This record gives sequence, structure tokens and C-alpha cells, in this order.
Amino acid sequence: MKNYVGRDIPDELLVNGKEVYQGKNYMDGKYLKKASPCTRRYEKPQESKLVETLADALRQCGAKSGMTFSFHHHLRDGDFVVNMVMKAAIEELGLDNLTIAATSLGAAHDPVAEYIEQGKVVGIQTSGIRGRIGEVVSAGKLKTPAIVRSHGGRPRAIEAGEVHIDIAFVAAPTSDCVGNCRGIGGKSNCGSMGYAMTDAKYADHVVVVTDCLVDFPNMPASVEAIDVDAVVVVDSIGNPKKIASAAARISQNPRDLMMAENVAKVIASTPYFKDGFSFQTGVGGPSLAANLFLEKYMDERGIKMGWAIGGICGPMVELLKKGKVGKVIDVQDFDLDAVNSIHQTPNHFEMSASQYANPANKGAFVNKLDFVVLAALEIDTGFNVNVLTGSDGVLRGAPGGHPDTAAGSKCCIIVTPLIRGRMATVCEHVVTVTTPGDCVDVLVTDYGIAVNPNRPDLIECLDNAGIPHVSIESLKEKAYSLVGRPDDLQWEDKVVAVLEARDGTILDAVRKIKPFTLE
Amino acid sequence: MVVQKPAIAGTVESSDALVSVEPGDGKIELTLTSSVMNQYGRQIRETVLDTLNRLDVKSVKINVVDKGALDCTLKARVECAVFRSCDASEKNIPWGGAVQ
Repeated sequence: MKNYVGRDIPDELLVNGKEVYQGKNYMDGKYLKKASPCTRRYEKPQESKLVETLADALRQCGAKSGMTFSFHHHLRDGDFVVNMVMKAAIEELGLDNLTIAATSLGAAHDPVAEYIEQGKVVGIQTSGIRGRIGEVVSAGKLKTPAIVRSHGGRPRAIEAGEVHIDIAFVAAPTSDCVGNCRGIGGKSNCGSMGYAMTDAKYADHVVVVTDCLVDFPNMPASVEAIDVDAVVVVDSIGNPKKIASAAARISQNPRDLMMAENVAKVIASTPYFKDGFSFQTGVGGPSLAANLFLEKYMDERGIKMGWAIGGICGPMVELLKKGKVGKVIDVQDFDLDAVNSIHQTPNHFEMSASQYANPANKGAFVNKLDFVVLAALEIDTGFNVNVLTGSDGVLRGAPGGHPDTAAGSKCCIIVTPLIRGRMATVCEHVVTVTTPGDCVDVLVTDYGIAVNPNRPDLIECLDNAGIPHVSIESLKEKAYSLVGRPDDLQWEDKVVAVLEARDGTILDAVRKIKPFTLE
Repeated sequence: MVVQKPAIAGTVESSDALVSVEPGDGKIELTLTSSVMNQYGRQIRETVLDTLNRLDVKSVKINVVDKGALDCTLKARVECAVFRSCDASEKNIPWGGAVQ
């Protein structure tokens, strides 16, 4: 069945009430029966919840084959916890038929690919899917199709009971002996622990894994002891060098800066750019550089940013410290400046993934967002964006908060170079739709700006400000004139990953790529 | 032109291609790897074969390691490798003629 963005969704996926994507806000006003976990009572006072090893913690939580384990990705490419837990579960306890429900998976988790090939891990639910895991899933080696969700879609699915977490593992930079966790104060700091919060509330069991045990009570806690079954102290939860980069530097690349300046111009041309406006930006080259140019316009007009959300990095913390943004609300930190600022700099707050982006709660932050500036691997002439699959059809990306912020914001700006190497970023049809075109408003490239025809109001703003813009079709033709028109990818029928829209409908299905031969 | 000895041109940097040629057995033998194989493999092969045809090369073993090079880059790398293989790359290059 074809969905709202023209993708053919196989009927076998449309079971148990699953529907195809039918445009943004389709689920608005519907009621949701929340799932509830089955948790163990710890009525008798406990001095401590420390257990010796991960294997002991798994046994205490009744780990068995067929279970779903959840993880969060604040330790990013430095994470050791997923691999440690899966190794203990599979190699020490001998479990199989396991599902990993992670907020994201990356290059740090290559060893999991082996467990997929062995058939020990049979399900993957995640936002990011990259590296070896992306390759083996794309090759059809995972027993069930991977389910890819946005950062807001995941807490929605957990609350709706579509994902039931048997054991949630919390990678905690610091914890006390009963499981009050924080992302700061240890040796592997990650700052915000926002993605772990929903997991801890909805899992049957919660195991805290830390490498820095601190005195009770570790307050204010990101994950609270009231939800924790066991605490395991390990030598190291991650490689600090890969958890947070030294500092997200603003690009010096003139092409990035030109695009960033145009992004700021577009923002300044809209009626939403007024005192107290709200903003989120990604950490890619041109998206991050937009901060710099935006500050100039803010100074010129004598206005301040009310608040900023998202994955947070140094340049946003700088603005907060300079008093140019009122509050920063933080679900994840990307660099040490941000890690060292959360809970320290006044008005730098932590929030949960649900509070950030969940479309099924009663008001996530993204719904109050004026502007979001995002990158794209590909964007097609319907303004649909792909940030998941590469040009060879292999899974190597993450929707993250992209679809959530695009849908919630008043003005969603995609900034990307027209071509990358020989790849046309602006194309006829994206490989996979990860953010539907009805949520995307403006495209800024190094060869010109295009506005979604759905937004005549924004077209008028640009015209009034004298900002030239062209049709997205002409940008696509320009790209193809430089790199040639790409051949269509050749797919098999087998679905290897299902891309859920943030509201739980099905946005796209990624099929197994046919081995390529020139003949 | 006749490929007389092994020669290479290009790099494996992103957006470039490394082209190596050596004398052939009376036919054109192309091996191609590319970072954009699925979408552009066919076009890269055509560009390489067209360029060899334009240079009147009939016998060559040619290996192309493509890293997303544009057609103009591919042509230039193939031309350069062929000219180097017959010591013709130092002077009197037929700009606008066989080399386009």
C-alpha cells in the first residue's frame, strides 16, 4: 500500500493495527493506553544494590532467552556497555533470541554484528544503525527486520507498549550504591542522560553500569534509585575521548560558511525571528556555523533567543554564558564544553527523550520550536529527506531527532551542499524517506535556496527580504548536470528494516540490496 | 595509442580515481571498483571505454579505483595513465585533439 510520501509499504508489515504514514499530525487527538512495566518490590531496606558482575545482575533480573534489552547512546562512539552486556548475556549466560532496543547504535558496537550473524541477536530497534551492524542487517542477516525510529518515536513506542523492555541498562558516569545516576562527576562523563530516562521508567528491570561509584545520595539524579534493581561497577564504561569531542569547532570551510550565512538570512526574514525565539541546530559543519551568523542578526535587531534545545555543543553554551539565549534544555551533549556546562551553568537543564520529542505526549519541546536547522544525506524534489541509507542502499545513519524537530518546528531548514563527491544530494527520489517532505520548509544549498511550495508565507518572507530562491527541481537538474543522472538502485523483495514515522505509522521500508554486477 | 609499459595516474582521495594501465593481450580488460558503484558504475565504465576508444587504445589491462570522481576527472586520469605508459606525457600533448 502506498503511503502519503509515495512509498510502497508491503502488506505483511501492516498487521497488529500498523498503518501507513498519512501525513503529519494524523494521530492528533487520538487516545493512547500506556503500557506498564512489571517491577519487583524492594520493601525490605537494602544497604546497597551493588552486585559483583554483569552476569550476576542479569541473573538477578531473571534474564532469559527471547528478552529485549535496552541501551542509551550518550557514550556515543566511546561506549563499552552494549558490548559488555551482550557478551555477558550470550557468552556467560548462554542466552539467545535476544532483541536490542537502543536509542542509537554506532561504530562502537561492531561486535554485535557477530551475534547477529550467529543468530543470537534476532531483533534490533534503534535510531542509528551504522558500521558492521548496518552492513549485516542490510545483507539480510538479522532474523526480523530492524525497526528504526526517531528519538521522539522511541519513547512513544515504549509508552504504547510496542516495545517492551525486559531489562534496561543505564551507562552511568556516576552512580551511588542504590542507583541514583548522573552524567557528570566521574571519569567517563556524558552530561545529559535524557535518552535513558524513559527506558528506566518503563522497563521491568533496570541495571546501572558505572565506573565511578560515589557517595549516597548522588543528586540531582538523572535516573533515580526508585527504578533501579542492581548496580554493577566496572573498570570503564567508555572511552572518554570518543564520548565527547574536545570542542565542536565552527567550520572554516568557505562553502559551509556561505550556506550558514544564507540560513541565518532566511531565519531573519521570517516573522518568527523576534525576541524570545527558539532554536535547534545540528552539529554538522554548516548547521553549527549558522549559530555564528544568527548571533550577528540578533545583535543587529537587539533581540535574544528565548531557548534552545537538542543535542547541545560548545557554541550554544557560549551563547548561554553570554546571555544571548535564556535557557538551554539538553537531551544529549556532543562536546566537553556542553558536558561541563549542564547542571553547572545557570539555565542549562536536562530533559528526557519524551519531553524533547515524543509526538504522543501532551506537549514536547519540539512542538514549541520556531526554527530547526538540519543536514541531509539526500533530499528529493518532494522535500523528503534521507539521513539513514547510503547511496549503495546500506544502512549507515540515524534519523535521530530530525523527523521530530522538522514536524514540530514552525520553520525547518535543511542545509546541505548540492553534491558530495559524485553523489547528488538533491535528487529525484531519496533512497529512504526518513523525514517526510510535509515537515520540511526550506532547503539551503551552495547553489541556491528552495522553499517548499506548501509554504507560500515563507516564500513571501524571502521575496520581501530580497533573498533569491529557485525551484527544488532546478537544483536537482543542476546537481545531475554536474554528476550525471544516477542509475536506480536494484533491490530484492526482502525487507531488512522498517522505518517508522514518529507517530508510529510506517514511513518506508528498506529492502535488501541486490549484489551489484556491471554485466 | 599503444600501451607499452605499466603506468598510473590519479589518487585514491575522495572525488578522484586511481587509474593503472599495463600492456594488454589484444583486448581491453577493465577492472573497476567504485565508492558509487550502484548508482554510477555503468556510467564510469562507459566513460573509461569511450576515453580509451578516443585514444585509439585497443589492447590494455586497465584498473580503475574510483572514489566518486566526476566524468571530467575520470577522463583526465585515463588519458594521463595512457600517455605515461608510452612516454608521451612530457610534451606535445594534443590538447583539444585526442585529449579533450
